[in-house]
Amino acid sequence: MSEFQGTTGLVQNEPLLWEKGRKGRCGFSLPRRDVDSFPLTDNLAGSGPDFPDLSEVDVIRHYTRLSQWNFSVDSGMYPLGSCTMKYNPKINETLAGLPGFSGAHPFLPAALSQGILRLLFEMEQYFCEITGMDAVTLQPAAGAQGELTGMLMMHAYHKMQGTQRSKIIVPDTAHGTNPASAALCGYRAVPVESNDEGILSVEAVADAMDEETAGIMVTNPNTLGLFERNIRKISEIVHAKGGLVYGDGANMNAMMGIVKMGNIGIDILHLNLHKTFSTPHGGGGPGSGPVCVKKELEPLLPVPRVIEENGRYILSEDFPRSIGKLQAFHGNVGVIVKAYCYIRSMGAEHLTQASRCAVLNANYIKERLKDTLHLPYDVPCMHECVFSDKLQNPFKVSTLDMVKGLMDYGYHPPTVYFPLVVPGAIMIEPTETESKEDIDLFIEAFKAIAREAQEDPDMLHEAPQRCKVRRLDETAAARHPHLAD
Amino acid sequence: MRYIPHTDADIAAMLQAIGVSELDELFSTIPADCRLEGGLNLPEPMTEWELRSLLEALSKSVAVSPEYRVFLGAGSYDHFIPESIHHLLQRGEFVTSYTPYQPELSQGTLQAIFEFQTLTARLLGMEIANASMYDGASALAEALLMALRITRKRTVALSTLIHPSYRRVVQTYLEPTDYQIIELPCLTDGRTDLSSLAGMSELAVVALQSPNFFGCIEDLEKAAATAHGCDALFITAFTEPLAYGLYKNPGVYGADIACGEGQSFGIPRSFGGPCLGMFASTMKYVRNMPGRLVGMTTDLEEKRGFVLTLSTREQHIRRAKATSNICTNNSLCALAASMYMASLGGTGLRELARLNYDKTEYLKGLFKKARFTVPFESPTFNEFVIEMPSGFADVRRRLLEKKIVAGLPLAPYYPELTDHYLFCVTETTTKEDMDILVTEVKS
Repeated sequence: MSEFQGTTGLVQNEPLLWEKGRKGRCGFSLPRRDVDSFPLTDNLAGSGPDFPDLSEVDVIRHYTRLSQWNFSVDSGMYPLGSCTMKYNPKINETLAGLPGFSGAHPFLPAALSQGILRLLFEMEQYFCEITGMDAVTLQPAAGAQGELTGMLMMHAYHKMQGTQRSKIIVPDTAHGTNPASAALCGYRAVPVESNDEGILSVEAVADAMDEETAGIMVTNPNTLGLFERNIRKISEIVHAKGGLVYGDGANMNAMMGIVKMGNIGIDILHLNLHKTFSTPHGGGGPGSGPVCVKKELEPLLPVPRVIEENGRYILSEDFPRSIGKLQAFHGNVGVIVKAYCYIRSMGAEHLTQASRCAVLNANYIKERLKDTLHLPYDVPCMHECVFSDKLQNPFKVSTLDMVKGLMDYGYHPPTVYFPLVVPGAIMIEPTETESKEDIDLFIEAFKAIAREAQEDPDMLHEAPQRCKVRRLDETAAARHPHLAD
Repeated sequence: MRYIPHTDADIAAMLQAIGVSELDELFSTIPADCRLEGGLNLPEPMTEWELRSLLEALSKSVAVSPEYRVFLGAGSYDHFIPESIHHLLQRGEFVTSYTPYQPELSQGTLQAIFEFQTLTARLLGMEIANASMYDGASALAEALLMALRITRKRTVALSTLIHPSYRRVVQTYLEPTDYQIIELPCLTDGRTDLSSLAGMSELAVVALQSPNFFGCIEDLEKAAATAHGCDALFITAFTEPLAYGLYKNPGVYGADIACGEGQSFGIPRSFGGPCLGMFASTMKYVRNMPGRLVGMTTDLEEKRGFVLTLSTREQHIRRAKATSNICTNNSLCALAASMYMASLGGTGLRELARLNYDKTEYLKGLFKKARFTVPFESPTFNEFVIEMPSGFADVRRRLLEKKIVAGLPLAPYYPELTDHYLFCVTETTTKEDMDILVTEVKS
């Protein structure tokens, strides 16, 4: 068997920025002064911020050392469920940095920005094709802002119908952003429990849906990694009562070329480009959360929109029923360029193969670990599988202990304690970019941890031992918040 | 495909372990009437080299400096970015990591965000700052919602000199609620008229932008006093944080929340995104803040470390009762801004801000000398308004062919300001650029 990846090596300490440097240093090549100085109104002048003065070398070493304390997709398997930590292609980073993209001012006249406008226009077409929806906005800055955009459109739609509604159905497996986004529109989230197969039943939705309810928010595949196979009937019930179906596209990585959300009753769908379409997560953003809609909702999309006129592209604000704007400009174009590169590199064939292999990898892990970890729903899964710590609890070992142990083997932990319907949940999403041999090693690591749980549980209570820091006192951090120096 | 490592043999072995004979069987739980027939219709896959040619061609059709002289600001600014920052920002350990939910494996991101919070708080003169928001506009919308939660009142006063797109975003965020928005007009000197606010008791919050959309420095002292006199909170918004290297910061004047756009600090314009929402407040209001916060703590061995904290405010814990729905922030942009602030240092930031101010004054002086009207006399930072003779739209169109983008017309945003244009100058604008601009505009 191959060696596990976790080991120890020299990691350097590094103080905070203001604990180093010397007054008068500068790490910046200040531009040439080619004009005289002009007087400044005295009572407005400030003293300038108290920043440390550092040399370029100070800055380079500081951030290089910090970077070495991070785990990343580039360093190893990062099987966070629902987060889709797939490989981020390097060519995409380079191309997004081309001067015409990175240096473009958002208010350039259309004639001087045709290349970007064309790219955005084509991107919308590709998303329509992949999702089966009719129109797209690329403006939302992240999935959660996409959800808000969707909710605002749902709200505007009902206003247009003449009656505002007060509630929205949100399944118990939903991401926390769903109820939070709905709440911003004044909707009260009505929870609906999934059935004993881990999916929504037609009856549960029929009982909850009424004419006071704006619609339903469905994540499909859901956060248990299961396809909501009653979705068409659920959509019919919601539509019959005048409601709309919102699709949370967080888990779209299983669906490319397999299911078009527009064909199964979804009216509004957001995508997370930093999940399905390979743009990097950046340690927590920037993301990008395009929203796709069916024809009848198109007039409500945010402005400006990219329009094609005789082979030329313009930005148009002329949509009087639009909900407005979510961002000052046109969304995270720098991120969208990377997703465009991904789709053009993959084409239909490889996008479909990506979804197939993502599902293959998750099912493989599910099969090979189900005798080691408790599997609450033993059915074929989509892109992720959810286990729990039930088999380890008798040894006083929890999910948290096991995943901290996993760090010492050289892996980032899966998503834990989510979804909430599985106590002690361990949600594993390998993605399609992990090879069989890496997945096999990950499985062996989990099996080794399960043996430790039985034989030497204290070792797991003490984990991790090989990281830059040991377990941190999160209670103290919250009780006495120290948020700035 | 180079991003998918499986060979046919790997796939066969894995299918066997699962107990199915082909990939398609893995999708057996999807009903037939949900399955897509016939596959996707997308362009054929491109090689790395074909893709590069395509994107280079698209990129080349876009007008950027130095080939073009672009005098546009309005919330998106051209500043030099040191190569050291480009270099550091390519590190996969920063770029390809997730939100630091597992602190033992994320100390790099966590310490960097703690430093960002600290530098932002120091820049704005506030006690605390969060780990970042999407952009200045959504940060302002979130700040207003925060003020409405704190005061439990229903009316918001917004200066019309706040960036028009920011005001549109605020309207969009507040549309489903029954909060009232009052717009404060512009005085003849280019600052906000606060006179309508005296004695208003239902007011939750007053928000101004400084430097405002016309580049003018607002009377923040008076605005803060007016807001607090109404028992309302005071928000200072901004689109150009570099101004606080020269001018007094929002904290000096007693702002309760300071928020805005940080793109100027080491982030390329990228046609308007990604940006960086900066968001700072006082400790008193921390539990009402939106967004992530990183706090300092210790590990089992008493070593210093950092964790995400006060997450009971957030959507993944509090769900419908969260202070915001924000989840992913703009962490990598915050990292870029920290690197930028660290590279400049206090001394460098001050010098750079002064240079931006002096260059702007130089161009303003040239326009005045050439007898163009500067309609708003308040001090400015790196933007100002010029009233052009009627018919300037044609001149501006002609200048585009000479690769000069001569300011932003204000009439689409302020219909009463026909022939008014907003010009922007930064340290990347040379004396020669400005001399050429004014010569061409005159001719």
